[in-house]
Amino acid sequence: MQIEAALGRTGLWFFIMLLSIVVAATAADSGFAAHAILVGLIAFALMWMSAARFDPVSNGRSFFKMPDGPSRYDDDVVRWGAIATMFWGMAGLAAGLFIALQLAFPQLNFEPYFNFGRVRPLHTSAVIFAFGGNALIATSFYVVQRTCRTQLAFPSLARFVFWGYQLFIVLAATGYLLGITQSREYAEPEWYVDLWLTIVWVAYLTVFVGTIIRRHEPHIYVANWFYLAFIVTIAMLHIVNNLAVPISFLGSRSYSAFAGVQDALTQWWYGHNAVGFFLTAGFLAMMYYFVPKQAERPVYSYRLSIIHFWSLIFLYIWAGPHHLHYTALPDWAQTLGMVFSVMLWMPSWGGMINGLMTLNGAWDKVRTDPIIRMMVMALAFYGMSTFEGPMLSIKSVNSLSHYTDWTIGHVHSGALGWNGMITFAAMYYLFPRLWKRKRMYSLRMINWHFWLATIGIVFYASSMWVAGITQGLMWREYGPDGYLVNSFADTVAALHPMYIMRAFGGLLYLSGAAIMSYNVWMTLAGKLRDEAPMTETPHDEAVDRPIVTPQANAVPAE
Amino acid sequence: MYEFLREFSVSYGLVAMMTVFVALCLWPFRPGAQKHNHDAAQSIFEDEAHGE
Repeated sequence: MQIEAALGRTGLWFFIMLLSIVVAATAADSGFAAHAILVGLIAFALMWMSAARFDPVSNGRSFFKMPDGPSRYDDDVVRWGAIATMFWGMAGLAAGLFIALQLAFPQLNFEPYFNFGRVRPLHTSAVIFAFGGNALIATSFYVVQRTCRTQLAFPSLARFVFWGYQLFIVLAATGYLLGITQSREYAEPEWYVDLWLTIVWVAYLTVFVGTIIRRHEPHIYVANWFYLAFIVTIAMLHIVNNLAVPISFLGSRSYSAFAGVQDALTQWWYGHNAVGFFLTAGFLAMMYYFVPKQAERPVYSYRLSIIHFWSLIFLYIWAGPHHLHYTALPDWAQTLGMVFSVMLWMPSWGGMINGLMTLNGAWDKVRTDPIIRMMVMALAFYGMSTFEGPMLSIKSVNSLSHYTDWTIGHVHSGALGWNGMITFAAMYYLFPRLWKRKRMYSLRMINWHFWLATIGIVFYASSMWVAGITQGLMWREYGPDGYLVNSFADTVAALHPMYIMRAFGGLLYLSGAAIMSYNVWMTLAGKLRDEAPMTETPHDEAVDRPIVTPQANAVPAE
Repeated sequence: MYEFLREFSVSYGLVAMMTVFVALCLWPFRPGAQKHNHDAAQSIFEDEAHGE
């Protein structure tokens, strides 16, 4: 039976490999051929492994020192997801630092594969979809099992979700460097990669909903609502925004189903809700589970979390048009986007207050627990960027800020501050638990990571504020004769120092993540660093004694 | 079709969305929900002895 299964699997991979060879030979363009060869190579490796009955996953498991034996919960895929989060985090942050340096020093544009235009989507997709996406998949599988008190439904499908998602990332990333893009921001992958992601995503939804259905808790904890909203909405956004007609089924190019301003609105309906449901709802789900768990206190107000959920869901979906202020989009649609963005401020701050107030009565932990410190900083940045966002969406502010680096600064205060910090905190919570270790290798290194990341964000955000406002003011400056005063190249020259400061901030943030990687590596190795604890209550031997007054001199009371 | 959807979205559609939204937000404030909310918030701590 086992031999038959192995033979069948070998045959399947062989068939996929043959198909890839045919596709590569008949492909309409070199990018598509390259991707077919990549898929063929993976199929060849898997065919060889199936034939040799070589199990790379279990070898990897022993390499990463994953605990063996049956667990109460199905955590294998969560462990892989946590490792992938670390790996893609480092890759994405390094790519970010590289493109920041490219903007400061244009000589670093290595044509054609490593110019800014190709590496920039590599950076955004790596940090959002690879780092953030793996963190979401890992934590959602962890949280849904714990809160439903049941094992994952469809365990093999869950493994397919993880490995299929990695294939999506690799195809997307290599595609960008090869010049394959449909030029839609945050939705750059072409039609065939989109189709693959759709299959993976439907499998993800099936595993998640299946697990909720077989739950042993009567109530579905609010974190799962956020995760489910994230999965369902991303499926809808992804499918609608990527409706396209391929030029050839053997080629990488396609044309969008929409045209003109409709296409632009569909894209930013997608783009903003990728922020709203991928980077907000999904990470809020992490917040609603890991912040109470780490603080060992229930969420401040469960009612508020439900109001937070529904207002976010009902408001976010309308905010997209604020990306198209002063364009061909009808005025009423722009105003609608602006009004809903401003209204979004309220649920966002409701959620931030809910998270921060969870620490009420446990604020001392900010001093002693660096993970809590990271969570507080994440919530603070969630609050700051959800205030800045509505402000930037107001048309008169947007007329200054749009197309400038202020937007980049805003995005990074949200992404580095909120998404990055809450993910790091959740990973610091998860690694010792998943590997059955007492704690992380070093708590002091978490503290180092915290400060490097925080100072890095401060450098990043402040330099981009200055750069953005400078840029906006220079662009709109008119001379007495009615002509623009500055050429575009003048603004680029003016921003050079800011770009160097931004790259320095990115370097600090990347260094923090590198320290985390080392800390995680040592934790997996089962080591504990011998270090002074984060807090000590000092004991002074000299004063630890009663006041002894000589009885003889005592004056008796009258 | 466009005319119909447009009219619907600013009349019945709007009222329906608004009603559903307000009802969902008021739901946790229904009488007797206090205990339920409290239990739900505490539920993530119950697995300590069983989980890992």
